[in-house]
Amino acid sequence: MPIERNDYTENLEGSLVELKEASTEARRWIVKMINAAGSGHPGGSLSSIDILMVLFTKVMKHDPADPTWPDRDRFVLSKGHASPALYTALAMNGYFDRTELLTLRKMGSRLQGHPSMNKTPGVDISTGSLGQGLSLAIGMALGGRLDRRDYRVYCIMGDGEIQEGQIWEAAMAASHYKIDSLCAILDRNQLQIDGPTEKIMSIEPIQPKFEAFGWHVININGHDHKDLLLAFKEAESIKGKPTLILANTVKGKGVSFMEGSLNFHGKAPNEEELEQALSELGGDV
Amino acid sequence: MDWELKNMRPGFGEALVELGKKYPQVVALNADLSGSTTTAMFEKAYPERFFNVGIAEQNMMGISAGLAATGHIVFASTFAMFATGRAYDQIRQSIAYPKLNVKIVATHAGITVGGDGASHQMHEDLALMRVLPHMKVIAPADYMETKKAVLKVAETPGPCYIRTARTNTPMIYDEDYKFRIGKADIIKEGDDVTIIAMGLMVSKAIEAAEELKKEGISARVVNNSTIKPRDKNMIIDSARRTGAIVTVEEHNMIVGMGSAVAEVLADYEPVPQRRVGIPDVFGESGESEELMQAYGLTIENIIENAKIAIAMKR
Ligand SMILES: Cc1ncc(C[n+]2csc(CCOP(=O)(O)OP(=O)(O)O)c2C)c(N)n1
Ligand SMILES: [Mg+2]
Repeated sequence: MPIERNDYTENLEGSLVELKEASTEARRWIVKMINAAGSGHPGGSLSSIDILMVLFTKVMKHDPADPTWPDRDRFVLSKGHASPALYTALAMNGYFDRTELLTLRKMGSRLQGHPSMNKTPGVDISTGSLGQGLSLAIGMALGGRLDRRDYRVYCIMGDGEIQEGQIWEAAMAASHYKIDSLCAILDRNQLQIDGPTEKIMSIEPIQPKFEAFGWHVININGHDHKDLLLAFKEAESIKGKPTLILANTVKGKGVSFMEGSLNFHGKAPNEEELEQALSELGGDV
Repeated sequence: MDWELKNMRPGFGEALVELGKKYPQVVALNADLSGSTTTAMFEKAYPERFFNVGIAEQNMMGISAGLAATGHIVFASTFAMFATGRAYDQIRQSIAYPKLNVKIVATHAGITVGGDGASHQMHEDLALMRVLPHMKVIAPADYMETKKAVLKVAETPGPCYIRTARTNTPMIYDEDYKFRIGKADIIKEGDDVTIIAMGLMVSKAIEAAEELKKEGISARVVNNSTIKPRDKNMIIDSARRTGAIVTVEEHNMIVGMGSAVAEVLADYEPVPQRRVGIPDVFGESGESEELMQAYGLTIENIIENAKIAIAMKR
């Protein structure tokens, strides 16, 4: 049965209720799985989870029963260290059992520290070395164009990540090839490992930079599900150029002591911190 | 054996601060990993001589080359994967070819990176650096040797690559140790076989030799921390004395330290050699020790290969 692209802005209120609950559950899984792994990246996972949940539960055309369906929309996690967020979105959308999330980073697990397309169902392409994902997404979009398939390609980048030169080579190519099936999302959480992006190596002004490279840019709150749904819808309507959703986010969003914290970029919460995080997040898993 | 464990990386950070004090021309660069690489120590002491270029390793190597061309002693640091993998062409064209005074000190080399998995487990850095003319390549065995090596290379003009590990590793050396570029360290004499090791495998080589001794096999143990320039004399001498060689490295068995030894043996003194190293596969997520087991970086594997090498003698 072919899956049609649905209008995910139709029953907006219903979707928002559903997404609110789902994203809370997702956040619980993220802190739990990183705690169980003993290492991993909570900050950038929590800043990007709303984007991922909106994509996988509402926006993207995909089929968990057939992860290699040739007409599916493609997803690239260019900032591969946020794999816990991707794995959670996949598990909650039926690619594998939620309990498998607790095998993250363990020997023999299908859930590698960074996404591996040959190990995890639902992972379209392997990432982990920053700055390479946008090029991969362009290649996938060009592949779809050659094969006359109408799938779209989504790619999440980190804000520190766009300091890599390859991102700008790709930005140039995407508009040169007029790839309107490509929608990139920038997780603008203000922080990289060593500090705020603007202190380490400033990337501002981002919007005019991408516009100068020929992109359509939509500036939104990356934790507002309605903003996200409408932005993805708008991106679908843009013809002849790629779209960047500049998603303003908070690193560690949802857990007070991880919000805006450099410390929790790449550190697992211990038992005590996990308990605190879960009690703040509420809901139950 | 009961080893005192210590991380290699602060050996680099501390040496760099010492060098900063001694030489005003010393500068340090980093690519958003100043904590993990320990160059944050230098940043704190000499902020005006520290440049964090952001997540841009290729740019870092280029800027390093430019700084070296204006007479500075440059230390550029990031994870081994991104230093030698991402920025290989910049290293080749802008640092090695013009023979500029850039010291690349990489951390998080090898399978012991652990949980991050294959995308971050660099098993081919020594191969990539070893094939570059002008490049010196060093893989210290512990904290102390890292420190001594960093201090030493600062006084030796030209490009250089030093690799260190993420994990805490056994302390092999104390303050009195003298590191010499291109000179292997004979840790233990022996007659039947020579175990030539490097990096965090040196302690395992020492333990393997202890076990072999219990079975009446006498093994020479060598720390071959300079992969390039090769210590030809040590390799030929070991071949002549013991007639069998086992090389041990946390690196792809292709074009690593074992291959460097094999090249010398082939040219000058062919004797049986067995290589212990990572097979030609990508790694995976797991605990460091589990991964060392799974990929054959074990005392048992060294022992087995030592026996095979001995049996292969004519
Ligand atoms: C090429 C490369 N260089 C360095 C790293 C190490 N690293 C992992 S995450 C990270 C910081 C990423 O910052 P950002 O893109 O802002 O991600 P986020 O804040 O969303 O976690 C770095 C430097 C890497 N994975 N790849
Ligand atoms: Mg960021």
